[in-house]
Parts: sequence; C-alpha cells; structure tokens
Amino acid sequence: MKAAVIVFPGSNCDRDLKVAITQSMGHEPAMVWHGDSELPETDLIAIPGGFSYGDYLRCGAMAGNSPIMREVVRKAASGTPVVAICNGFQIATETGMLPGALLRNADQSFICKDVDLLVSAENERFVGGFKTGQVIRFPIAHHDGNYFADDETLRRLENEGQVAFKYTTPNGELTDEANPNGSLNNIAGIYNKAGNVLGLMPHPERLISKELGGTDGRTFFNNLIHSIA
Amino acid sequence: MKARVHISLKNGVLDPQGKAISNSLHGLGFDTVLDVRQGKTIELDLTDMSKVQAETEVDRMCQKLLANTVIENYSIELVD
Repeated sequence: MKAAVIVFPGSNCDRDLKVAITQSMGHEPAMVWHGDSELPETDLIAIPGGFSYGDYLRCGAMAGNSPIMREVVRKAASGTPVVAICNGFQIATETGMLPGALLRNADQSFICKDVDLLVSAENERFVGGFKTGQVIRFPIAHHDGNYFADDETLRRLENEGQVAFKYTTPNGELTDEANPNGSLNNIAGIYNKAGNVLGLMPHPERLISKELGGTDGRTFFNNLIHSIA
Repeated sequence: MKARVHISLKNGVLDPQGKAISNSLHGLGFDTVLDVRQGKTIELDLTDMSKVQAETEVDRMCQKLLANTVIENYSIELVD
C-alpha cells in the first residue's frame, strides 16, 4: 500500500495528513510537490487543506491548473482513490473531478470549530468504518466552504448516493442551525459519480487521537487504508 | 491591445460580499440601494493581434482559468 500527499505552496494541512496516513498505514506517504508532473506509484492520493497559491483569483483555481493536478485528474479517471480535504475539495471542484463549487461562507466569517456530520451515503472505501446515518465529528476551518451546485446537479448527487456527509445536529437533524456555512442541502462532502473521489470541507486528519479531542478521523483513515491495502 | 474581463456571480448564486456591502450602504443611509452584487475586473495587456484573435484568446483564458463557469459569468471588453 502506497499513498501520496500533494503539496502546494500555501498548503498547511499536508503534514497533518501525513501524520494521519502514517498512523493508519504504518509507513509514510510520498509528499509530492505541485510542480512535479509525475506521480510516484500510488494506491491513494490525498489533496490537503490550506491556502494554495494564497487563494488568489478563486480558492483552488491556480492549484487546479498546476502540473501535478493534470496527473491526479488522469489517475482519478482511471480509478485511483482520491481524498480531497478542505482546500483540496475546492481544488477538486476547480478541476472538474467533483461537481459544483465552494463559495464564501454565507455569514462571511472564517469558521473554525468541530461540527457534527451525518454519514449520508454508503461507500465502503471511504465511510466503511461508519454506519450510514451515523453522526460523527470532524473539525472545520474555512472561509469558503459554502457548497453550491445547480438544481440538476444537486438532484443527481442526492438521488445517486453521491452526498458523503451533511452538517447535522448531534441527533441527526439536518437543520439550518446545524449548517455552519450556508451549503445547499447542508452538504459537507461529496463523491464523484464513480465513487473513487471524495471531497469534503471538514478535516478528518485533525481528530485522530484522544489527545486531540476525538478519534473519528482515525476511524476514517484506518478504514480508508485497510479497504485499499 | 488591452482586454478587460468582467467577472460576476451568476444569478441565483449567493453573494455574501455583495450582501455585506448592501448592509453597510443601508447603514450609511443609502436607502436607494435595492441589491448589490460584487464582481471583479481583470486587465490584460496583450501582444499585438486582431480584435477577433484577441477575443478568441481571452475567451479561452476565461474558460481555462479566469472564470469558474459553474458559478460565474464573464464578459470581455477589448481596448485599443
């Protein structure tokens, strides 16, 4: 089992992601610089959070066009699993790997807190460690996490089991109050049509031990690694 | 040849910044403001080429990088 973490200028969750993957995989992932045009042999690609290229133009716009992303898009299309977190999610939508876009948070503020998430669709590879309908907890830390897609795309995501996570109350109610950023349908994470690309705004890599306040992230990565290995 | 690209959010896409500006203007007493949408302008300095060529070239730039057509509209203005 081999994993690769893509590193852009301005990424700031790449090392947290490395720690989380190493903890679950037993050895370190390759750290791949954005300017490289080739990926090492890998069974999992992780695109980290941060502020790639300073969020210039639009979050993820510049990173989406970097040399390594052409290769990531190609690998994703041939079935390699990709997990794209926070800025990684923004980058994945910019490349078209995932539908929709992430807009500025509805109340304009940068939000940094733990949130409750409803596991909304089955996908053995990404959420096999949880039950569908289970409420789990990951932190969010973003300014532009307000998920938007046109009506038709939204319907397709809902009907075809492509909504991975929704912002929820602790007891599983999808209320406006539980929605931190204005995302349509409380969407916090989605899969591509083939189910091998997951994009999510919350950070599973930030809750991987009791000392950090929770272990749902550890469950996430343990399952992800073991389902691929 | 110079080109100006005007980028704005599509109708129906929430514009929190526009909303905040609108609220501030109302706070200053500008009750004539009904709605505000914020966009951006990008100015490009181009090598010499025909207007038709420039239009095509800048349109490709918009499609590939400058605009995200999932959420944004753009228009191109050429300036001699």
